[in-house]
Amino acid sequence: MRAAVVSFPGSNRERDIVMALERASGKKPVVVWHGEAEIPDCDLIVLPGGFSYGDYLRAGAMAAHSPAMKELKRKAAQGVPVLGVCNGFQILTEAGLLPGALMRNASLKFVCRQVHLRVEESQSLFTNAYEKGQVIRVPVAHADGNYTADPETLKHMEDRGLVAFRYVTADGRTDPATNPNGSIHAIAGIFNETKTVLGLMPHPEDATDPDAGGMDGFGMFKSLVDALH
Amino acid sequence: MKATVHVTLKPGVLDPQGQAIGHALSGLGFAGVTSVRMGKFLELDLAETDRAKAEAQVKAMCEKLLANTVIESYRVEIGS
Repeated sequence: MRAAVVSFPGSNRERDIVMALERASGKKPVVVWHGEAEIPDCDLIVLPGGFSYGDYLRAGAMAAHSPAMKELKRKAAQGVPVLGVCNGFQILTEAGLLPGALMRNASLKFVCRQVHLRVEESQSLFTNAYEKGQVIRVPVAHADGNYTADPETLKHMEDRGLVAFRYVTADGRTDPATNPNGSIHAIAGIFNETKTVLGLMPHPEDATDPDAGGMDGFGMFKSLVDALH
Repeated sequence: MKATVHVTLKPGVLDPQGQAIGHALSGLGFAGVTSVRMGKFLELDLAETDRAKAEAQVKAMCEKLLANTVIESYRVEIGS
């Protein structure tokens, strides 16, 4: 699996994702600067976490219009899989590649801690190494992760199995007390219609080392390597 | 020509910042504030001199960048 990671001014998790991708695939991903109009041929494009453009105006709003994003949209339309983590998820919603929006956390606080996620869908490029209903432990670190969408969009996503991950308790129950940001339906990550684009606020790439944070996030990278070779 | 843009969360979209400001106001003794909604205010200087064209331009800016119309609405005013 050859991956390209797009880096923006203010990205800061690109090295984490590069390490996780390399550990899973054995191949070093290409890092593409946001000003590039071309993204090299690859099997996966990743938008990493961070604070592109300092989160000015809205998180991800400016990055969504960069030259590399035009190319990303073109490739995504051809079916090239896209993964957006944290700021990457915010950029994907701002670019219209995923529905809904990410608002300021309901607590108004930056949240940086381990959370439990329930894998809602194992039939995807990104989650096939997990069991449906499996609970994994990965970190979150964000101020704007409060997912929202209009009621029709939500119903459509729930009916079609497009909710990828939900914030839950350690034993797999949704509970307002464990929802770190106030996201509607405790949504932590979503797919597009074809399940070729995934956006999520938590950082699976920071749970891919047994000595630092555990291995619960590795399944996502293993899934991608198994699906994309 | 000057243009001003107000961007606010749509009615029904929860505004935790507005709520926090409302709580702070009541804590300061300002009674009777039943709701606070927080938004953004932008001032633009435009080279365009035709009002209608300027308004159309700024509306396009709002749709493309200044507002996220999934959760926000906007109001454009064209000055002199």
